Amino acid sequence: MQVRNHHDLWAGLMFIAFGAIFMILSQQYQIGTAAKMGPGYFPTILGGLLALLGLAISLSAFAKSNHEAKVAPTGWRELILILLAVILFAATLPQLGIVIALLVLVLVSSLASHEFNLRDTILGAIFLIVLTYVVFVKGLELQFPLWPKFLTA
Amino acid sequence: MDQLFSNLALGFATAATLDNLFYCFIGVLLGTLIGVLPGIGPLATIAMLLPITYKMTDPVTALIMLAGIYYGAQYGGSTTAILVNLPGESSSVVTVLDGYQMARRGRAGPALAVAAMASFFAGTVATFLLAAFAPPLAEVAFKFGPAEYFSLMVLGLIAAVVLAHGSIWKALGMVILGLLLGMIGTDVNSGVARFSFDVPELSDGVEFVAVAMGMFGFAEIILNLEQKENREVFTNKVNNIFPRWPDMKAAFPAMFRGTALGSLLGILPGGGAVLSSFASYAIEKKISKTPQEFGKGAIQGVAGPEAANNAGAQTSFIPMLTLGIPTTPVMALMVAAMMIHNIQPGPQVMTSNPTLFWGLIASMWIGNLMLVILNLPLIGLWVKLLSVRYRVLYPAILLFCCVGAYSINNNVFDVFMTIPFAILGYVLKKLSCEPAPMLLGFVLGKLMEEYLRRAMTISRGDWTVFFTRPLSLTLLILAGILLVIVFLPAIGKKREEAFASDD
Repeated sequence: MQVRNHHDLWAGLMFIAFGAIFMILSQQYQIGTAAKMGPGYFPTILGGLLALLGLAISLSAFAKSNHEAKVAPTGWRELILILLAVILFAATLPQLGIVIALLVLVLVSSLASHEFNLRDTILGAIFLIVLTYVVFVKGLELQFPLWPKFLTA
Repeated sequence: MDQLFSNLALGFATAATLDNLFYCFIGVLLGTLIGVLPGIGPLATIAMLLPITYKMTDPVTALIMLAGIYYGAQYGGSTTAILVNLPGESSSVVTVLDGYQMARRGRAGPALAVAAMASFFAGTVATFLLAAFAPPLAEVAFKFGPAEYFSLMVLGLIAAVVLAHGSIWKALGMVILGLLLGMIGTDVNSGVARFSFDVPELSDGVEFVAVAMGMFGFAEIILNLEQKENREVFTNKVNNIFPRWPDMKAAFPAMFRGTALGSLLGILPGGGAVLSSFASYAIEKKISKTPQEFGKGAIQGVAGPEAANNAGAQTSFIPMLTLGIPTTPVMALMVAAMMIHNIQPGPQVMTSNPTLFWGLIASMWIGNLMLVILNLPLIGLWVKLLSVRYRVLYPAILLFCCVGAYSINNNVFDVFMTIPFAILGYVLKKLSCEPAPMLLGFVLGKLMEEYLRRAMTISRGDWTVFFTRPLSLTLLILAGILLVIVFLPAIGKKREEAFASDD
């Protein structure tokens, strides 16, 4: 038994996991009957189907007829920096306001590029913040806290 | 017929007000602008620009603008395909094949012009088809009971699976996963907040826009950043836009065939725009007297698929507007936009909101006209835009997405929600699972459950209800035929070939 298609193996296992989680969580809700379905009915069926399908897919990863595929390496640097930038934006926005939140977002996310350039990044950040202010805050009147709370209060 | 013209007249009267024309123009312009940027498809573009419409008082204006963004983005994708050898979105994948080759031979101008003309022609035809076929279809929709709606959704999801790239089984898993994720939130029947882990924001369910941005926006950016960029842009070689007469003669029939094919496939649930462009390319190559020219810059290979994908994009509005069922992720976003403006999509829209319905249809034609007028002189600008480096671009995309996600409910919760979906989207791409079917399942999840429940309550728990009602049975048989077709070895192979060029 050798894994030929790593994509299928992991996708299948992921489906099994999702299916099982949803099935287990559904058990805390009323299942009901076919004529009177409770909130647990449909998710239980779907979760079961997904887990079965996942099993079939992960088994097919061993099939001789399946084409070979390896999972490409994860770009941790890009993944973490981009997600971190978004998380920091959301974390800072309510207290520190949109100007600082956007500055953080642009600076942190720019680090993810392999050709990072500090001068361009800062110019870009300023341009984007002004653009956001003109278009979203003034033009479209979307509601944002603009500046840090301790300054405006 | 009279009815059709009076309806269209109403539509044009609505769409041609100064406000609506203005927003249609802005939509088309912004859509093209962002659509031109490689790696951002129509879905991410619309999701990103959705907040612009939040403050609009008139839902007609909002929808007209969103529709403009949609076909603007679609068209922008073709420009990128021709000039950079990178499909801006999945439906312009085939445009890359010959469009880019034309550009390499110094004929980028004619390629762009033909793409614009083909899109406009297809858009015109599809607009009339939409106007002609939507009312009778809505009539049929009124005969639909819960069983029919359920079966229709099954058909839609199966079609999405069949048309997805890669493994059918994985696509099926994606649909089910989407349905399950759609279950998150308060169950309408019992009032129980399901899978919400006592998080109050989750009791309203996961915001669709956050899912779309995470899976299509952020995951895409991360994947793009992993690959070091290597682009060859034909910036200086776009002069002499107008195609020569032999070009036109070759392009016109392809345009007709592409339009017919696209209009037909677009109505099918599951994203006809992509399939129809592939199918059109295959047909053009098959009937051509010089098939060896394909892949080396055959103008038919640009005209046909471009017409087909634009017609398909347009007619995919039909099921959404008449049945209230989104058949592509883009249409799901349109539904989300309608809901924001308190309009429940469905067959009743045509009668309860005739100005919205017909105004939107008329605006499509106007928007397509604007696209042509806008694009031919502005090609130079798009080319400049293409030379903007990705490191400057992606922070801007992130910014628009974050601002957009926040503005849905003026709450950072929706921004945080994009994170798990970005991770999921990233992992799925690495495992070669196509995210589009999942998104469709996500949107249809609760609706599907609701119709299933109602149908089963009416039948008192008898599952045969889906097979004894003729309309429902027909829909299920169609779904069955679709599945059988894909599993036929000959067609399965063709399908793989068709999508092979996309990897």
